[in-house]
Amino acid sequence: MRPVKLQIRDLTATYRTGQGTVTALEGINLDVYQGEKVVILGPSGCGKSTLLKIIAGFEPAAGGSVRLDGCPVARPGPDRAFVFQEFDQLFPWYTVAGNLAFALRVARGVTGAEARRQIGEVLALVGLSRWGDFYPHQLSGGMKMRVAIARALVLQPEVLLMDEPFAALDAQSRSALQAEVNRMQAETQQTLLFVTHSIEEALVIGDRIVVLTAGPGRVKQIFQPTTTGLTLLERSEGAELRRLIRQLLEQEKTAEEKAS
Amino acid sequence: MRSGLNRLLILALLLALWEGYVRAAGVSPLLVPAPSRVLQGFGEYLRDGSLLRYAGQTLRIVLGGMGIGLLVAFGLTALATASRWGRDLLLTLTAIMNPLPAIALLPLALLWLGIGTRSLLFVIANSVVWAVALNMHTGFETVPVAWKRAGQNLGLQGWGLIRHVYLPAALPYILTGLKIAWSFGWRTVIAAELVFGASGQAGGLGWMINVERYNLNTTGVFCGLVTIIVMGLLAEFLFAALENRTIRRWGMSAG
Repeated sequence: MRPVKLQIRDLTATYRTGQGTVTALEGINLDVYQGEKVVILGPSGCGKSTLLKIIAGFEPAAGGSVRLDGCPVARPGPDRAFVFQEFDQLFPWYTVAGNLAFALRVARGVTGAEARRQIGEVLALVGLSRWGDFYPHQLSGGMKMRVAIARALVLQPEVLLMDEPFAALDAQSRSALQAEVNRMQAETQQTLLFVTHSIEEALVIGDRIVVLTAGPGRVKQIFQPTTTGLTLLERSEGAELRRLIRQLLEQEKTAEEKAS
Repeated sequence: MRSGLNRLLILALLLALWEGYVRAAGVSPLLVPAPSRVLQGFGEYLRDGSLLRYAGQTLRIVLGGMGIGLLVAFGLTALATASRWGRDLLLTLTAIMNPLPAIALLPLALLWLGIGTRSLLFVIANSVVWAVALNMHTGFETVPVAWKRAGQNLGLQGWGLIRHVYLPAALPYILTGLKIAWSFGWRTVIAAELVFGASGQAGGLGWMINVERYNLNTTGVFCGLVTIIVMGLLAEFLFAALENRTIRRWGMSAG
């Protein structure tokens, strides 16, 4: 059994509205093992993004704990590198290589030749070796997303957090990048926690797929397919899982409609 | 390129018309000196170094006033970004001070600080601070959440986050504020120097214009005006160059 990287216990999150306090997440328990790809899947508004933001330290939890290698996390930090949904998460005043260099310098204190070596490696990994001197505004959406992933990977984080990173991309770039994430992860054995609302994406990427219920978000069921990637989609197991998960999400929708 | 050529042509044509009319009609140089005479005047001013002295004095004062104004604006913006009260304070003060041309404060400044550089600096700082603070504040408030969080994700917080993320992110707004500051400050300093000229205090280009009017040296007045125009154009050129090297190159823009 691989060691537990990220341990989430009884996590609860609330937010305030005009009408009062709403519970976004309730009693979330989850262990993410080292080198594992875990996908959080759920209908919109189920608090899956909130979960990721709490782990990243951007938002506070109302209760429960998040532990990384056994240590509770509170503040944001590069040990939990984050890839956002927005195209414009890179700093436009730095070049592609400059964005990576800035991240390395600020977060890891790495500069000079050593930084250049690491940046070169990561840019090669995401297939952007020739784009280091370009500014972000000169890149396409998909390329910006690759740079954002490179910026996160160059930090060599304990866990990589990705919040619906491909939601704003066109279908073609999306499936290309999903395959790339699998390839890069296979190469680096990076622990990954990936949030999405797309069943297909969850099936392609996840070693395990955590389905959340809607309002408040709880862990509904955890699936562990025997394989990942496009192979899974082509197998009958993939089709079966897709049907099962879709059913679960449909149930959630009707339950919510009844409640409201 | 063609439009630039056209403009030069138009300028040359206007100057030729002016020169020709003044010569043909025998206009008194006390009223309107010909361009050639103004050019001659420039030669004399440059030879005795007085023009550079006047221009330098004006530039020193406007840059000094802008510097003070920018510092105060940065302080106000920091307050406004840090707290609600600071924000309301800034918005209230700007609403009050914005409709007031800073030059209207000159009599008060003279009363409080006396005739001299300090009054000028006060008025120019005032002409600068509100526009810049408002722009900087807008710039800080509109920093995309993803940039803030990307900075935090790297472990940045407090001053580090302001220096590495907020300031560059707000640069388009800060540059806009600076341009406004310059144009307000430049107009204000000339106007203020004109008033000072009447009281005989040594000064810059505004003072020079006024003194040469006393001396019935209309050529000198024209030389002063042309210098003010040229310096204003140079400043615009500098701002354009700065924008090309920064925000335009980075694909950033305000709004």
